[in-house]
Amino acid sequence: MGAQGNILFSGVGGQGILLASEIMAYALLAAGYDVKKSEVHGMAQRGGSVTAQLRYGDKVYSPLIEPGRADIQMAFEMMEAVRYLPYLHKDSTVIVNTQKILPPSVATGKATYPEDVLDHITALGIKVVMVDAFDLAREVGEVRTANVVMVGAISAFLPMASSVYEEIIAARVPKKFKDVNLKAFAAGRKVSQA
Amino acid sequence: MAAIGDDLVWMSGNEAIALAAYEAGVKVASGYPGTPSTEILENLSTYEGVYTEWAPNEKVGLEVGLGASFAGVRALVTMKHVGLNVAADPLFTASYTGVRGGLVIIVADDPEMHSSQNEQDSRNYAFAAKLPMLEPSDPSEVGALLKEAFALSEQLDTPVLFRTTTRVAHVKSVVKKGEKIDSPVIPGIEKMPAKFVMLPGNARVRRVAVGERMAKLKELAETADFNRVEPGSGKRGFITSGVSYLYVKEVFPDAKVLKLGMCWPLPEKMIRAFASEVDELIVVEELDPFLELHIKAMGIACHGKDLIPDQGELNPAIVRKSLDPASIAQLFAPVPLPMRPPNMCAGCPHRGIFYNLSRLKVFVSGDIGCYTLGFLPPLSAMDSCVCMGASVGIAHGMAKALGAEAKGKIVSVIGDSTFMHTGLSGLINTVYNGSNSLLIILDNRITAMTGQQDNPASGSNIKGEAANAIDLEALCRAVGVKQVDVVNPHDINGCRKVLEKALERDEASVVIARAPCVLLPEMKKAKHIPFSTRLADCTGCMACIRLGCPAISWNPLTPEEALAKGYKEKQKGFALINEVQCNGCGQCQALCKFDAIVRQEA
Ligand SMILES: Cc1ncc(C[n+]2csc(CCOP(=O)(O)OP(=O)(O)O)c2C)c(N)n1
Ligand code: SF4
Ligand code: SF4
Repeated sequence: MGAQGNILFSGVGGQGILLASEIMAYALLAAGYDVKKSEVHGMAQRGGSVTAQLRYGDKVYSPLIEPGRADIQMAFEMMEAVRYLPYLHKDSTVIVNTQKILPPSVATGKATYPEDVLDHITALGIKVVMVDAFDLAREVGEVRTANVVMVGAISAFLPMASSVYEEIIAARVPKKFKDVNLKAFAAGRKVSQA
Repeated sequence: MAAIGDDLVWMSGNEAIALAAYEAGVKVASGYPGTPSTEILENLSTYEGVYTEWAPNEKVGLEVGLGASFAGVRALVTMKHVGLNVAADPLFTASYTGVRGGLVIIVADDPEMHSSQNEQDSRNYAFAAKLPMLEPSDPSEVGALLKEAFALSEQLDTPVLFRTTTRVAHVKSVVKKGEKIDSPVIPGIEKMPAKFVMLPGNARVRRVAVGERMAKLKELAETADFNRVEPGSGKRGFITSGVSYLYVKEVFPDAKVLKLGMCWPLPEKMIRAFASEVDELIVVEELDPFLELHIKAMGIACHGKDLIPDQGELNPAIVRKSLDPASIAQLFAPVPLPMRPPNMCAGCPHRGIFYNLSRLKVFVSGDIGCYTLGFLPPLSAMDSCVCMGASVGIAHGMAKALGAEAKGKIVSVIGDSTFMHTGLSGLINTVYNGSNSLLIILDNRITAMTGQQDNPASGSNIKGEAANAIDLEALCRAVGVKQVDVVNPHDINGCRKVLEKALERDEASVVIARAPCVLLPEMKKAKHIPFSTRLADCTGCMACIRLGCPAISWNPLTPEEALAKGYKEKQKGFALINEVQCNGCGQCQALCKFDAIVRQEA
C-alpha cells in the first residue's frame, strides 16, 4: 500500500462503463485501499459522452480527479479516449477499446470521424494499449462482455492478483454468464501482458 | 451494493440515504424522480417495513410526508432542486405547523446542470423558509447526519432540509451500517388545531414559535458534532460545507478548517472564534455566496466569491487555481472533436412525433423529458422548454397574444409523467379560457428520462406491482377537451394526417401518441425484428438520415467509390442500418421512397 492513483473511465452511454468501474472499485477495496468513485447519471446516458472517475489511496478526499492527474484512462471508444486529454500526464497509460461509435453529427453526414484519432495521444509520448475488446468478446462467445475484456486489460497495470478480479466478477454476473465473463477477463489481461 | 466487510458497504450517497432512512425508522417516503435524487426512493422501496411511493409531483410528495408526520411517524420526502420550487408552497407553511413524527426533505442540487434546466442553490430555501438544513460531504457522513436530522426534527418541532449535490448523491464510497432506531413519537390521530390549522390567528402564534425554534437551533449549532473545527497550520482558515469541504482537504490537507454539517442556521460564536484565530478567512462553497453573505452580515471579513466562481461545479483544480495559482501544472491542450450529445434511443417513439413536427410549420412549445432531445439536430423541432408542465401554459399564452394569426401554428408537447406532474392544470386553463392550441401527450408509459420510473398513468407502482392507471383520454375529455385522438407515433404517415387535421380545429384538442419506451423491461425482453438497408436500392437521398436514429449511419462516397459500388457517380453516399442496434420500430421504412429499407425475415 502507500500507493495512490486515479483512473478515468470514458466512453459512450450504454457501453457498460459503470459495471467495469464497479469491478475495479471492488478490486481496489479488496486490496485495502480507500476508494471513491464519481459517476454522472441522467441525460448523458442516452448515448452521450460519459465518464466515471475512480480514486484510490490511503485516504481519498475529493471524488473528482484533477486535470493532469489521471494515471490510467480506460477508454471504451477511440474518440472518447482523446476527448479527455487534459486529464492525462506524460506518464499516464491509456487503455483503449478500438471501437468507433459515430456521434450524431457524423452519423448524419454533417461531420467526419477524425482519422487516426489516437495519434493525438501517442504524439505526446503517452503509452497507449489498444484492445479489440469487441472482437475478443465475440471470440469468447458473448459480445456483451467487452467491458470485462477491458477490465482484464487494465488489471495488468495494478498490483491485485487475477484471482481478486475473478472472484468479484463471479459474484457480480449471472451464473450462466460466469464462465464467459472469466474468459473475457483473461483475454483482456493477455493483451496488456503481451 | 455488496458487503465488503461485516458492516461496511460500498454505496452511493443516494443508497446511503435510503439505508440511513431505513435505520432511522422511516415509515413513509414519497417524492418525485429527478436527477440526482432518483435512486433514493428506488433503493428505499426495497427495504422491509417502509411504505414508498412516487407522487405525481413534489408538492404532493411533501404533503404526503407532512401527513405521515402529523400521524406521528417518521417521513422522508425526496426531490431535485427544481422540485423544491414546486413543493415550496407546503414547505413554507410546514415550517409553521412543525411536525409530530420526524420529517426530513432531501433536496439534491445539480451544480453544472449535468441533467437540469437551471442551477439553483437550495440553501436559500432554508433561509427563506426558516428551516434548518444539513449537508453531508460524502456517503460515509450520511448515516449519522440523517439520523441527527430526524432527531432534530422531533426535538425542535421542525421539518429538516437535507441537501446533497451531484457529487455527493452519485459518488460512491465506503459506508458503515448503523443501528436501527425508532422514533419516540407514538403514531395515531392527534388533533392539534393550534399547530395544524394555519389560519392567520394560529399562524401568528406559530410564527413566534418559528423564531424561537431558529434561535434554539442557532445555539445548538455552536456545540453540535456536525460543525467542527479541524486544527491545522498556516495563516489561512477555511469555512466550508458539503462536497466543497473535500476539495479544500484535497488541496490544503494541513489547513485549519471549520466544517459545517449544518449550513443553516450558522453557529455565529464558533465562526467568530475561528475567524479571530486566522489571518485570512476564506469561504469555499459551490454556487451562491450563501455562507459568505451571512458571515459578512455578522461583520466578519472574509474572502469568498471574489476568488471562487459562483457558477458551475467546483472541483479541486478550481479551488487550487483560485487560491494557489502557482501550483497549477501545465496541461495537455484539448483536441477539437465532434461533440457527442445524448440522443433518443434507436426505436424511441418520440422520434416519430418530432420528425412530423420538424416538417410542420409550427412553434413547438416543449417540455422536459427524454423528448426534449427533439430539440437537437437533425430533428431540431422544439422552440421552447422552461420547466415541467410549462409547455401547455406557454402555448396558450402565445395563442392568446397572437389571436387568429396563431391558428394552426402552435403545438405543445409533453410527456405522460410531466403531464401528470403539472401539465393538467395548464390544459384545464386552455379549455376554460378557450384557445385552440394543440397538445400532444407523448405517452411512452413511463417516466423515462430519469431511468424508467412508474407514474400515475403507467399502471404500476414504485415496486412494480399493479396499480390504478389514470386513463389519459378520459381525463382530457373530463376537463372538456372534445377531440382526443390516439395515435401510434411509429406510424409516421398516419400521425401526420391526424396532426394536420387537429391543427385545423378552432378549439383545444389533444393527440395522445402512445407507444412504449424501448428501455422498458418488457420491450427489452421482446424479440425485435430489425430492419436493414437493401444497399443496391439506396439512392443516397438521406431521407432516413433526417430521423437521427442512432442505428442508421451515413457513409460518404467519393465518385470513384460510388461507381465501384455500382451507384451513379454523383451519389454522395449511402445509409446503413446497424441491425444490432435497430429496435424494429419501422419509422425509417416509411420515409424511404425507394423501398431500400426492409424488415428482415423473422
Ligand atoms: C420540478 C421537476 N421535477 C423533476 C424534474 C426531473 N425530470 C425532468 S423530466 C422528468 C420526467 C419525464 O418523464 P416524461 O414526461 O414521461 O417524459 P419521458 O422522459 O418519458 O420522455 C423528470 C422526472 C424536473 N426537471 N423538474
Ligand atoms: S429511454 Fe425511452 S423515451 Fe427515452 S429516448 Fe430511450 S426510448 Fe425514448
Ligand atoms: S426501424 Fe429504422 S428508425 Fe427504427 S430503430 Fe430501426 S433503424 Fe432506427
